[in-house]
Amino acid sequence: MWDYSDTVKEHFFNPRNAGAVADSNAIGEVGSLSCGDALRLTLKVDPASETILDAGFQTFGCGSAIASSSALTEIIKGMTLDQALKVSNQDIADYLDGLPPEKMHCSVMGREALQSAVANYRGEVWSDDHAEGAMICKCFAVDEVLIEETIRANSLSSVEEVSNYTKAGGGCSACHEGIETILARVLTEQGRSFQPSAPPAKAPERQRVAIGMPLMPKRDQTSAPAEQPSASATVVAAVATAPPAISASVAPPPGSAALAAASPAATSPAAATANKAESGAKARPQLSNLARIRRIEQTIESIRPNLQRDHGDIELIDVDGKNVFVKMVGACSGCQLAAVTLEGIQERICEDLGELVRVLPEQAMAFAQRA
Amino acid sequence: MNTMSPTSMSSDQPNTGIYLDNNATTMVSPEVVEAMLPYFSEQFGNASSMHQFGDRVGRAIKTARQQVQALLGAELDSEIVFTSCGTESDSTAILSAIKAQPERREIITTVVEHPAVLSLCEHLEKDGYSVHRLEVDGQGRLDLAHYQSLLSEQVAIVSVMWANNETGTLFPVEQMAEMAQEAGVMFHTDAVQAVGKLPIDLKTTAIDMLSLSGHKLHAPKGIGVLYLRRGTRFRPLLRGGHQERGRRAGTENSASIVALGKACELAQAHLETERTQVAALRDRLEQGILDVVPNSFVTGDPSNRLPNTSNIAFEFIEGEAILLLLNKLGIAASSGSACTSGSLEPSHVMRAMGIPFTAAHGTTRFSLSRYTTAEEIERVIEAVPPVVAQLRKLSPYWDQDRPATEGQGHQASFQPAYA
Ligand SMILES: Cc1ncc(COP(=O)(O)O)c(C=O)c1O
Ligand code: FES
Repeated sequence: MWDYSDTVKEHFFNPRNAGAVADSNAIGEVGSLSCGDALRLTLKVDPASETILDAGFQTFGCGSAIASSSALTEIIKGMTLDQALKVSNQDIADYLDGLPPEKMHCSVMGREALQSAVANYRGEVWSDDHAEGAMICKCFAVDEVLIEETIRANSLSSVEEVSNYTKAGGGCSACHEGIETILARVLTEQGRSFQPSAPPAKAPERQRVAIGMPLMPKRDQTSAPAEQPSASATVVAAVATAPPAISASVAPPPGSAALAAASPAATSPAAATANKAESGAKARPQLSNLARIRRIEQTIESIRPNLQRDHGDIELIDVDGKNVFVKMVGACSGCQLAAVTLEGIQERICEDLGELVRVLPEQAMAFAQRA
Repeated sequence: MNTMSPTSMSSDQPNTGIYLDNNATTMVSPEVVEAMLPYFSEQFGNASSMHQFGDRVGRAIKTARQQVQALLGAELDSEIVFTSCGTESDSTAILSAIKAQPERREIITTVVEHPAVLSLCEHLEKDGYSVHRLEVDGQGRLDLAHYQSLLSEQVAIVSVMWANNETGTLFPVEQMAEMAQEAGVMFHTDAVQAVGKLPIDLKTTAIDMLSLSGHKLHAPKGIGVLYLRRGTRFRPLLRGGHQERGRRAGTENSASIVALGKACELAQAHLETERTQVAALRDRLEQGILDVVPNSFVTGDPSNRLPNTSNIAFEFIEGEAILLLLNKLGIAASSGSACTSGSLEPSHVMRAMGIPFTAAHGTTRFSLSRYTTAEEIERVIEAVPPVVAQLRKLSPYWDQDRPATEGQGHQASFQPAYA
């Protein structure tokens, strides 16, 4: 059974603005064949100000499709058309206190209906540009089409690279077989061949990619999310198996070593971040210790509201050279995505600070100090 | 993250609801629980051991084997191999057949099998096997002439389900097994949904292998059986100890085996109840709903199906939404909708029967058991029509009291742009 938030349930059982607006002057109709959902959005727009005076929806779809439609109409009422067009899928999901990753596409449909309705009002023709394929990675809701297109666009050749570009495969790893199948097909089409266990090419001198990689070592990723040891424990394992990151030339956990070597560093987004961070470090004057810690604090402060919305939180515990120790609390600690969250926070801090640091859960302090 | 929190959609009052999802799993009968309990405590021995502790367990397993044998009408109790589940039995059967006959590179199955068979066949296809998937007509029936034409010396195994889990539609497996035998081809049937609901007498059939699963007949989860006709060439899936005569190594799950034996005994005693009482309640439910809900119809082959299953398509609304509203009323059913599967794909069974997607997504399966009461059925008949009406009021395909496409005016028909 899906884990719906109370807000999703509330909007499903008591949908707002259900039904068509009687004197509407904008209608959007979209559907998704693959999941069978369809939605009609009717708006009453004030011609002078382009303000949405009223909005109504009719939805053929599951619980979260109905709740997303209800949320969308609540969000856009009173907005101008231009404001409404800026409403993102994430805004809809946030309004509902989150949707299960697999159900994010339900909020996509709401946004498309809105675009279609605005196009209808303005006398334009709207055509949908997103195709949806079979869901491959359930941890991050990544479908086949996206994976395939990303492989083609970036000439990817390994599962690690796919995870790096699309996140798919970066969680529980249960979808690696599916990703390998897509890789094998695309590479064969391109006249290349997929070598799942190709030995990594000689490691570059500086392991730039160490930063921004999932911190979870591969061997801990074979179980389903529910059975996984808490993510913080997993991170500890990563630290334990690899010498902790003291400088930028880190030996990454075994899982990411292959990636570091296999991906052309310049094209990998993680490497790009690292590059940016490094060049930033050169350009910027060295920060004093205090200023440095302040800036880390600021970055963490700016991230907190996001985590709090998901009923989690983060706290800065210590900064020790290149290691930033944090404490994950609430829903974030032990959540299967905690390691991914840490990864994202690490990227942010690296960017804001203009240097490479490593964000670790406080449990890793013992290991890091021993080394 | 809040979306990860458990229990969020569960009904507030567990076990007070009306359970009409017996094709997914069944309640363990109290008599079965009672029978198995000693095997967690005083009867803890290993059946292979040379002492009284082991011996007592060994005897209990023997009794259970005979109880299963009796329900299946198998000629010998040595034809019963205990496994961990229906899926393991399916995998063992198919993999054994291809290992034992390496020169045969084809498999015949159907498009509507359970994933336990379909996914395995897909996987074998990647290894170079040719898989013939028999198609079904609008009512889920097979074309036996086409089947006949596919039987050849290239075929390692035919695997066809006895009863479909979604619609309850029965396949003529006894006849198909004979056709396979004529052609010298091994025949396996996934009878996970059929065992305990229909009389089965394997010794009078040409079926070589049959899978069953305990949790579909009021035994616990995690216990299954592979019936293996004496003389059928076999290669084990798990090798190791000599348990199950070396055909399935691993120390026996004695408590569950005892439970399954008891459950088979009870099922046999209640076969007539299934045919009469359960079928009558099912028919009452179905008629009660179809009489008052417009644009609804039964999927599958109503004249040839399990006595406990009714699969009704409610057009223009979506199954997960139906289930959520029913769940709020304490009624448990299941759906062929995309959104309930986790895969976001509508049911392959509904697609195979060519059910239009505006109906396929609204298919709702009610599966009864001998524990279902007439009173419960009346309550469901009361509850369903308002749920359907409530969702249709939200549906863009629906207009007041009829499908939008049948209305008048330019606004009447809903034609979304599809992704
Ligand atoms: C037809 C059919 N085959 C196989 C299975 C799988 O059985 P088990 O859950 O015991 O592995 C099921 C159960 O859903 C089924 O309905
Ligand atoms: S399903 Fe892709 S990482 Fe978990």
